[in-house]
Amino acid sequence: MIRPAQSLSLTHPLAIMGNTSSMLTQYDIEEVQEHCKHAFSQQEIVSLYQRFCQLDRNGGGFILTDEFLTVPEFAVNPLSQRLLRMLNSLNFKEFVAFLSAFSPRVPLQQKIEFIFKLYDSDNNGKVTFHDMLDVLRDLTGQFISEQQREQVLTRVLEEAGYTKDSMLVLSDFVKILGSSDLKMEVEVPVD
Amino acid sequence: MSWTCIAPTLKITTRPDPPSTSLTASSACNSSSLHFRRSRFGLGAFRDLLDISPTLTEAAGAIVDDSFTRCFKSIPPEFWNWNIYLFPLWCFGVLVRHLILFPARVLILTIGWIIFLSSFIPVHLLLKGHDTLRRKLERLLVELICCFFVASWSGVVNYHGPRPSIRPKQVYVANHTSMIDFIVLQQMTAFAVIMQKHPGWVGFLQSTILESVGCIWFNRTEAKDREIVARKLRDHVQGADNNPLLIFPEGTCVNNHYTVMFKKGAFELGCMVCPIAIKYNKIFADAFWNSRKQSFTMHLLQLTTSWAVVCDVICFCIDNLIYGLSTWVRDMISIRAGLKKVPWDGYLKYSCPSPKHRERKQRSFAEWVLRRLEEK
Repeated sequence: MIRPAQSLSLTHPLAIMGNTSSMLTQYDIEEVQEHCKHAFSQQEIVSLYQRFCQLDRNGGGFILTDEFLTVPEFAVNPLSQRLLRMLNSLNFKEFVAFLSAFSPRVPLQQKIEFIFKLYDSDNNGKVTFHDMLDVLRDLTGQFISEQQREQVLTRVLEEAGYTKDSMLVLSDFVKILGSSDLKMEVEVPVD
Repeated sequence: MSWTCIAPTLKITTRPDPPSTSLTASSACNSSSLHFRRSRFGLGAFRDLLDISPTLTEAAGAIVDDSFTRCFKSIPPEFWNWNIYLFPLWCFGVLVRHLILFPARVLILTIGWIIFLSSFIPVHLLLKGHDTLRRKLERLLVELICCFFVASWSGVVNYHGPRPSIRPKQVYVANHTSMIDFIVLQQMTAFAVIMQKHPGWVGFLQSTILESVGCIWFNRTEAKDREIVARKLRDHVQGADNNPLLIFPEGTCVNNHYTVMFKKGAFELGCMVCPIAIKYNKIFADAFWNSRKQSFTMHLLQLTTSWAVVCDVICFCIDNLIYGLSTWVRDMISIRAGLKKVPWDGYLKYSCPSPKHRERKQRSFAEWVLRRLEEK
């Protein structure tokens, strides 16, 4: 997508954050708010925009993988690589939509959907044994052998009434995680 | 027209810092262990394994705000010129600063340079044989040019504590905000500082003038450089009539609101460590040099067109027989200068964090999983 240098929001909505030194207008804020289904307040969106501009060092309108990795707290997170796949080349509107799963105003269903999407790396709507094993590998690293990982996962799946060949869909995730007190909230600092 | 778009410069008061990531224990594991209940219903364990929300929350929290990036952000002062009475006053101030103060300061600086060069060059060339006298004069001349620099920013420096003296086996450490830290301290006493070698006119000054006060250069990008520099440092502190050594253990410029981790090199030289805390007053000028955003020339221009540079320099001496010295000295400096501490290494600006942080988190989660396996 070609990004013109100016951010004239009346005709070109926020796809055009090419020039990150441009100001966010009221129209832009409202549009982003619509897009993320009011997950964030207008002030939070302004804060997120400042943060987006801070991370987008080269001012290209997207945050590149390397730019995310300059945040050491993010780079040391075991799930950073999986998240980077989802975060790749997001413009500001998509960035806010991505983070909306972490807003307290958003229903549990949306958070579970986010977790499902993270597991489902090939985006086919199904989470397989291997997808779950991959995530477990990211979280445990070299401190547990592949065999032990498979053992635990198989055992836990069987306990829950599934098998190693089961393919879980979103409704399964909702059933499993829906009753838990899932806490997935991030506070956006507002001046 | 909506005025809400002035948003980025809304009133900024102390914003609570983001909770720093616990680097000692994986919070992902801790909260998972709390969630883990031995459940008679099969779904319980599966839910605990599948629930990656704590780790995800940490990652998202880091994306939204993190303590490391905050250290290198210029925090703008409160936006005060927002109404019809103050705005013209501010404009008048801008005119005064740029059209009256700036030329006067450039003049002062030019005079200073003329005096300095006309004395330094003859001293350097003519007194080749008389090293002690030459060194003494060069020291005084460098102190003089630093005084001129500080005058060119209308600098007001308040010194507290014992003045540094020339003695062997002592090293001074200070927090780092900008290259002007060196100039401000040099005005007090001629230090030999260890600096990153810079390109351009700064590099030229480094190799000619600063060489005479005994400065040591290093190159961050060279791996072997560390041992060479460590040896040079050790040799320097042994010398009886070398200028006192000044080291900035943070290794990079920080925005004078936080301190990053201190590198151990300065504390392993086997000599007395004297901390110096430098705190700039932001009302008059923001002295933080964001080397990624501004060249040093622009930074100096910015200072020369500000009202003044006001800072406090606090010196204090301690004995070096205390274990864990670098953290303790950092605590002392942070408390005295009112800076918050951040558990990151300043060099993460240039490189990725080491995998050991991630491995710590992975290890604790793995232990939880193994315990789960053994329980069956």
